[in-house]
Amino acid sequence: MKSVIEIEDIKKVYYIGDQEIQALRGVSLNIEEGDFVAIMGPSGSGKSTMMNVIGCLDKPSSGEFYLDGYPISKAHDDDLALIRNQKIGFVFQSFNLLPRTTAVENVELPLLYAGVSAKERRKRAIQALDHVGLGTRLFNKPNELSGGQQQRVSIARALVNNPVILMADEPTGALDTKTSIEIMGIFQELNDAGKTVILVTHEPDIAEYAKRVVRFRDGEVVSNEPVLNRRIVKREEEVVI
Amino acid sequence: MSFLESIRVSLRSIKANKLRSFLTMLGIIIGVSAVIAMVAIGEGASSNVASQINGLGSNLLIVSPGQARQGNVSLGAASLNTLTLTDATAISKKDSIAGVAPYVTKQGQVVWKDQSYTTTVEGSTQDYPQVRNLTVQMGRFFNRFEVQGQANVAVVGPEIVSNLFGSNTNPIGQMVQINQMPFTIVGVLTSQGSSGMTNNDDRVVIPITTAMNRLFNQTKIRTVYVSAKSADLMDQAQFDIEQAIRAEHHLTPKTPDDFQISSQTQILSTAQGVTSVMTNLLSGIAAISLIVGGIGIMNIMLVSVTERTREIGIRKAIGATRGDILRQFLIESVTLSLFGGILGILLGVGGAELVGKLANMAVSISLKPVLYAFFSSMLVGVVFGVYPARKAAQLKPIDALRFE
Repeated sequence: MKSVIEIEDIKKVYYIGDQEIQALRGVSLNIEEGDFVAIMGPSGSGKSTMMNVIGCLDKPSSGEFYLDGYPISKAHDDDLALIRNQKIGFVFQSFNLLPRTTAVENVELPLLYAGVSAKERRKRAIQALDHVGLGTRLFNKPNELSGGQQQRVSIARALVNNPVILMADEPTGALDTKTSIEIMGIFQELNDAGKTVILVTHEPDIAEYAKRVVRFRDGEVVSNEPVLNRRIVKREEEVVI
Repeated sequence: MSFLESIRVSLRSIKANKLRSFLTMLGIIIGVSAVIAMVAIGEGASSNVASQINGLGSNLLIVSPGQARQGNVSLGAASLNTLTLTDATAISKKDSIAGVAPYVTKQGQVVWKDQSYTTTVEGSTQDYPQVRNLTVQMGRFFNRFEVQGQANVAVVGPEIVSNLFGSNTNPIGQMVQINQMPFTIVGVLTSQGSSGMTNNDDRVVIPITTAMNRLFNQTKIRTVYVSAKSADLMDQAQFDIEQAIRAEHHLTPKTPDDFQISSQTQILSTAQGVTSVMTNLLSGIAAISLIVGGIGIMNIMLVSVTERTREIGIRKAIGATRGDILRQFLIESVTLSLFGGILGILLGVGGAELVGKLANMAVSISLKPVLYAFFSSMLVGVVFGVYPARKAAQLKPIDALRFE
């Protein structure tokens, strides 16, 4: 299997005032294509920093990081923007949809920055929304959608550019249990169809929907093992990418 | 992202915040409309003054007595009483001169039957209509023989007609008393309206000989209006007048002129100097308000950047580059100020027209201040938009996403 994430001894140091904070103290991690990894850990463990580094939102202080073969550690900001646009799909805890903007326009956004034509953008955005079961709510604005629906819009947005990895930061944090399971079902379907999914969570039962769990503590990986009793969401229909 | 898409994104965000966008534009709207209206009113006033001065007559030169001097002390303009009718006659013999209208004036009471009316009585010659651009709407102007013969004839302005005779009586041929002396009305002047403080329709014109010798008992003339044959001959005419009067007054070459000649163009440039100072002053104030409007845009754009930090974070997370964000915010501020500029132009033009109508003032809207306002509002948008846009572009995506 091909590695989409290759991380070699990454360190990340923050300064708050003159206080030095070591968020990552030499992390090495490999994630293969098609994997479904849950990153877990208590707050302050470095899992969010890890997420930001893997998502190319932040650069490590030292160490090597290859995403789909591209060296990220020394990339320029504009290159990172391009990589975020082309290779990564983000799903956030608080959805992070643009307010006062319709679902379909929110989903079109990554394509806009990718320079896709308006007609093609609309076509692909509608397709992506169809895939997450929101084909009927295309022109609703975020405040007209439920939390679960908003999260589906943000999943559609993450998928629309056909990224290499799907990054989900506490995607069920703001949702009730039933909706959370539905959302995890979407991730499992996408993963079954071949998409690499990286999930950051602090809920153990949510992590059990993944194939593998990486645990962080004090800026280091403390365990990296497969999920033994994996939960599978029963699906009603097949999601095609 | 293409430039066109950037514009679309910016427009959408302006539309999404209509009230704030409008308030942002307000400074520019007021600044630009003030510039446009001020310049239009100023230029209107200046062209009004110009047309009034041109309305004095065409190719006009005005001869007035010189200053009396006692030792080294000047007694003020026209303090000499040196001009006479013979001077006027001498001037009229020169080739460059089209007409000479010596002019005297006093207040007088005009009485018809039991009606009386106080007005300006003017004495001049048959050249007066040509020199001063007057026409007669009814009857005729008095002629050379009536001037020579000191005839008791009068030409009245429309104001006299309406005040004295009303609309039912034909004024021509009516006998009136001016300062208790009988006059026959031979003509009525065409209405000219007011110029400044003077009502041009409120006057009676009689032959200057009659006025000086019989009515006012004066021998000296305060003003001689002279018209040159053409605009090109103005300098020649001025020279000729000077020669004629100097010869008439027997002045030796060393003696200075005891009279002064001023031309229409001189009066015009003085008057326009005053109005252009006013216009510059007013547009200076208006330009300051444009700068204040620009600061308003910067202020709101900075607030907008802070308020939309999260949006910027989202856009960056899904692939917007610094350039994309910079462009979006810069286009937003330019669009706001440009819209404001266009609205300001419309408002300024409308406001100037309205002021012109209400205050009965001439306004003149020309293309130059409109273009100037348009481009300077665009410049304001760029200049005051750069700082907020740079601030937005430099936000780090993780900081921006974490922002609540």
